[in-house]
Amino acid sequence: MDILNNLIMGFGVAVTLQNLLYCFIGVLVGTLIGVLPGIGPLGTIAMLLPITFNVPPVAALIMLAGIYYGAQYGGSTTAILVNLPGETSSVVTCIDGYQMARRGRAGPALAIAAIGSFIAGTFGTLMIAVAGPPLAEFALKFGAPEYFSLMLMSLVAAAVLSQGDMLKSIAMVVLGLLLGIVGTDVNTGTQRYSFDIAELSDGLGFIVLAVGIFAIGEIIANLDDKQERSVVTEQIKNLFPSWADLKISFGPIMRGTAIGSFFGVLPGTGPAVAAFAAYMLEKKIAKNPDEFGKGAIQGVAAPESANNADAQCKFIPMLTLGLPASGVMALMLGALTMQGIQPGPEVMTQRPELFWGLIASMWIGNAMLVILNLPLIGLWVKLLTVPYRLLFPAIMAFSAIGVYSVNNSAFEIYLTALFGVLGFIWSRLGFNMTPMLLGFVLGPMMEEHLRRAMLMSRADPTVFVTRPLSLVFIVATVLILLVVLLPAFRKNRSELTAG
Amino acid sequence: MRVNYKNKDFWSGVMLLVIGGGAAYIARGYPMGTVLRMGSGYFPTILSGILALFGVALILRSMRTTESIEGGWSARGLIILPIAFALFGFLLDRAGFVPAILVLVIGAASAGPEFKVLEALGLALFMAALGVAVFIYGLGLPYQFVVWPPNFGF
Repeated sequence: MDILNNLIMGFGVAVTLQNLLYCFIGVLVGTLIGVLPGIGPLGTIAMLLPITFNVPPVAALIMLAGIYYGAQYGGSTTAILVNLPGETSSVVTCIDGYQMARRGRAGPALAIAAIGSFIAGTFGTLMIAVAGPPLAEFALKFGAPEYFSLMLMSLVAAAVLSQGDMLKSIAMVVLGLLLGIVGTDVNTGTQRYSFDIAELSDGLGFIVLAVGIFAIGEIIANLDDKQERSVVTEQIKNLFPSWADLKISFGPIMRGTAIGSFFGVLPGTGPAVAAFAAYMLEKKIAKNPDEFGKGAIQGVAAPESANNADAQCKFIPMLTLGLPASGVMALMLGALTMQGIQPGPEVMTQRPELFWGLIASMWIGNAMLVILNLPLIGLWVKLLTVPYRLLFPAIMAFSAIGVYSVNNSAFEIYLTALFGVLGFIWSRLGFNMTPMLLGFVLGPMMEEHLRRAMLMSRADPTVFVTRPLSLVFIVATVLILLVVLLPAFRKNRSELTAG
Repeated sequence: MRVNYKNKDFWSGVMLLVIGGGAAYIARGYPMGTVLRMGSGYFPTILSGILALFGVALILRSMRTTESIEGGWSARGLIILPIAFALFGFLLDRAGFVPAILVLVIGAASAGPEFKVLEALGLALFMAALGVAVFIYGLGLPYQFVVWPPNFGF
C-alpha cells in the first residue's frame, strides 16, 4: 500500500516536536480569530505570512493550514453562542445553533459541531491522500496549452461561483492578472508598470497586496460599519450530546461531509455555499422539517461538517495542480513560492514530505481542535468580550511589522496603506477581492504558458482546442459561462451567494 | 430624469475604465512582438483592453441599475488609518522600532470609536513590548529599539 507508507512517512514528519508546535500554534490562532468576528483567516494568514519566512516550508504550511481550518471550528462557537457568524462559513450554523443555545442546549450544539467537523476533517484529509497522487500524476502530462486552459477555466469558475456581482468578479480577475504583470518581464527584461521605482522592479509584493486589501482594507470597512455584539455569558453545562442526538446527527454529518467535499474542489465557492447546500438538503429530507430554525440538531451537524470538508478539500487543487480554489489557497501558494517551491504537480514527487506531512498534520490538527474547543469553551467565550477597538490597532501593528520585515522597505509599507484604501473603495463599490487575488497569483504563470503555447504551436491559436485535454477545459469554461446565463441558475446563485 | 450621484455601477465602471485606459496607455511603450514571440506589451495590452471594456459595460449597465454605494465613508478611518500605517514605515529606520509602534498603535486607535487616550497608550506600550520580545529577540529582526537622535534627513 503506497498510500499507507506515505501516510506513515507523513505522520513521521508531522509528529516532530517543531511541526507539532507549529500545528498547535496554527489551530490556536485559527480558533482565536475564528471566534472573533471582524477578523478572518484571509487577513490573519496574510498578516502572518512574512513570519513564516523564518520557518522551514513544511512547518510554515502546517501552521497556515491550521489557522485556516481552525477558524472554521472557532467560527461555529460564536455562531452558536452569540448568533453572529465568527466566520462567513458559519452563517448557516447561526440559524439552529443559536436556537439550541437559547433552549439551554448550547453544550450539545457545540459538541456536535466539533464532532461533525472532526469527522468531515478526517474524511477530507483522506480524500486528499487518495485523490492527490493520481491527480498530480495526471497533471504531469499537461503542457503549456493545457495549463493555460485549466487556469482560464478555474479563473472563470472562481469569478462565477464567488459572492457578488458576476461582471464585477470577472473584471476583478482581469485586474488581478494586470497587477501580476508589474515588474521585470522574465522573458525580455523589460520593466513593466514599475514607474522607475526600484522596489517595483521585482514585482508587486504578494504580501503587500494581501495585507493591504484583506487586513487594512477590512479594518477601514469595519470601523465604518458599527456593529454591536451581545455576549452570552451563561455557564455551559452538560457538554455531551445524548445518544439520541448522536443517532439523529449521523446521517447529516455524512451527507454534509459529502456535499462539502464536492463543493471543496470547485474553485471560488466559499465554505458558506457548501454549508448552505447541506442545510437545505437536510431540511428537505428531515422527518421534522418544522424543527429547522427552532433548534434542530441536524441544522448544526450538516453545515458544520460541510464547511470543514470544503475547507480541507480546497487543498486538493492547490497541492496537486498549483491552482488556488479560494483566497486562502492563493495565500498558501504565495507562501510556497516565497519559500522557493514552485507549486504544481512536481511538489508531490520532489517534496513528498511536504505533501504527506501536511496531510498528517491536518488530521492531528483536527484532533487538537476538538480538544481545544470543547473543554476550553469558557476561555473562548471570555475572548468575545475583548472589544474591537483594542483588536484592530494590534492587527495593524502585526501587519506593519510583517510587511516591513519582508524587504525592510518603507516603500512597501506605503504601498500596503495605498492598497488598504483601494481595497476599501473597491469593496464599497461592490467588488469581491478574492477573484483579484486569484488572478494576481496566476497572472505571471498564465502569461508564461500563453507564450509557450504560442511558441510550440507556431502561433496557431487553435492549439487550445485541438489538444484533447485542453479542449475539455475550454469546453468546460464555455459551459460554465453558458450555464451562468440561464435564468434559473441566476436565481439560485443569488440565493446561494447572498450570505 | 433624476441622476443618482452614488450609482454603484457607474463609479465601478469609471474606475475600471480609468485603470484599463491608463494601463493600455502606458503599455504603448512596451514592444508588442508577434503572436509567435510575444513581446512584453502583448499580455498587458490585451488585459487592459478587456478591463476598459468591462468598465464601459458597467457604465452602460448603470443606465438601468439604481443600486447606490452603501456603507459609511468616515474620513477618520479612511485617512487616519492609512497615515498611521505609513508612518510606521517612515519612522522605523529614522526613529526606531519602539517609537514607530507607539505612533502606529495610538494613531490607529484614535481613528476608532470610543477612543480613550490612556487605554490606547497602554495598548501601544504592550504592543511595543510584545513586538520587541517576539520580533527582535524571538525572530532576530535587525531593528533598533530607538534611534537617538532621530534621523529625519532624507
